[in-house]
Amino acid sequence: MIQPHGGTLINKKFPEIERKKVLGEIHEFEKIKVDSEIMSVIKNIAFGVFSPLEGFMNENVMLNVLEHMYLENNIAWPIPITLDVSEDDIQKISVEDSIILTNFSDEPIALLKIEDIYSYDKKKFAKKVYGTMDKNHPGVAKLFSRKEKFVGGEIFLIDEFSAVFPKLDLKPIETRILFKTRGWNKVAAFQTRNPPHLGHEYIQKAALTFVDGLFINPVIGKKKTGDFFDGVIINAYKELIKNYYPKNRVVLSTFETGMRYAGPKEAIFHAIARKNFGCDHIIIGRDHAGVNNYYGPYDAHKIFENFPDLGIEPLFFRSFSYCTKCGSIVNDKICPYSSDFHKYFSGSKIREIFLSGKEPTSEIMRPEVAKVILNYKNPFCE
Amino acid sequence: MSEEEHKVEYTTVSIPKILAENIKDRMKGTGFSSVSSYVTYILRQVLSSIGEDEKSKQAFTKDEEDKVKQRLRDLGYID
Repeated sequence: MIQPHGGTLINKKFPEIERKKVLGEIHEFEKIKVDSEIMSVIKNIAFGVFSPLEGFMNENVMLNVLEHMYLENNIAWPIPITLDVSEDDIQKISVEDSIILTNFSDEPIALLKIEDIYSYDKKKFAKKVYGTMDKNHPGVAKLFSRKEKFVGGEIFLIDEFSAVFPKLDLKPIETRILFKTRGWNKVAAFQTRNPPHLGHEYIQKAALTFVDGLFINPVIGKKKTGDFFDGVIINAYKELIKNYYPKNRVVLSTFETGMRYAGPKEAIFHAIARKNFGCDHIIIGRDHAGVNNYYGPYDAHKIFENFPDLGIEPLFFRSFSYCTKCGSIVNDKICPYSSDFHKYFSGSKIREIFLSGKEPTSEIMRPEVAKVILNYKNPFCE
Repeated sequence: MSEEEHKVEYTTVSIPKILAENIKDRMKGTGFSSVSSYVTYILRQVLSSIGEDEKSKQAFTKDEEDKVKQRLRDLGYID
């Protein structure tokens, strides 16, 4: 099986004895509240999804990632993983302190050993990560709403808070043992933030033809207005798998993380996370993790040329459509007919169809999947 | 996003010509487009594996594996 990124699957869960000790002395620590998105980051670090990271990035690591897309130890990493802290909270803490990160109900989530407290340049960060400083970009808008300072340091998970979909919440050690148990040597990951249309199914099954198993791994977490709710995506996939996939060739599991809409750089980030889950291939489609027209349709393909050492192999797919002349799903490389005969799997068009209360045709989406979505009064984030 | 944003900075390292020729032969059919990218790949593999070999061989213990398998059974992922 593929090695975790950096060679070791990180585990930052406190051993029980130390956890009890910290909880016994909890009143002695300064505490900082973190939101659900940072909680997801903590969990992902603690269980190795973000291996080899062991905490939030210090300034020199963050700058190296911004400038070079590598960690200081020469391991590829495209997007800074940071903890933003308010000026008020900064007054309470110092480098070398150990503090407790809590949820909004003051329940302890993790211990953070502070190694660095630093300011950052939001414009530079935006330009480097998103390729734009335009605040209409959802990732840039979110960045500009973040607090003014970052705190870096190693974390130790105290309590594993409940997942959004507990039965689909598999950690890298679990997916790795699952793949091993099923005898899967080659596993292709599919990243998604949408319910499946026939184009997705075609891509997944095309990939599955060449590997042992398919790991469908929807991103669960904060998304932008107009995106599908997480529950819609999950239930749509359950229905698709139940009706159209061989049970022992597919695993559906969630990846709790906020979408950054960072296009090509996020494609590398997604690949690294799936490598840690034990996948040696990842499907990269058209405009992966893109938004509006900020990135070229195949920028997320091109960026992999700069990372021949990533370990996980990208499977590049072009834009697919249904050709009424061929009577099948095609792309521009395999179909001789003009676009007049092509019905495109446009996310915005599918959204419009559902908003009007209609069902997409069976050339676009499986009826069973469409029914799941139509059962929701409003399937979209507001 | 511009091409410039994707670029990684490079420096030059000298290796014997004969070694470069051997590498050229060795990399045929690997998909690497240049000796540099192939050598970069090999060096990163070597560097990241130093000191990590023993740890990664024991990624999880038998006890951990049994516990995980039980949870996977409970969740319906394995029979």
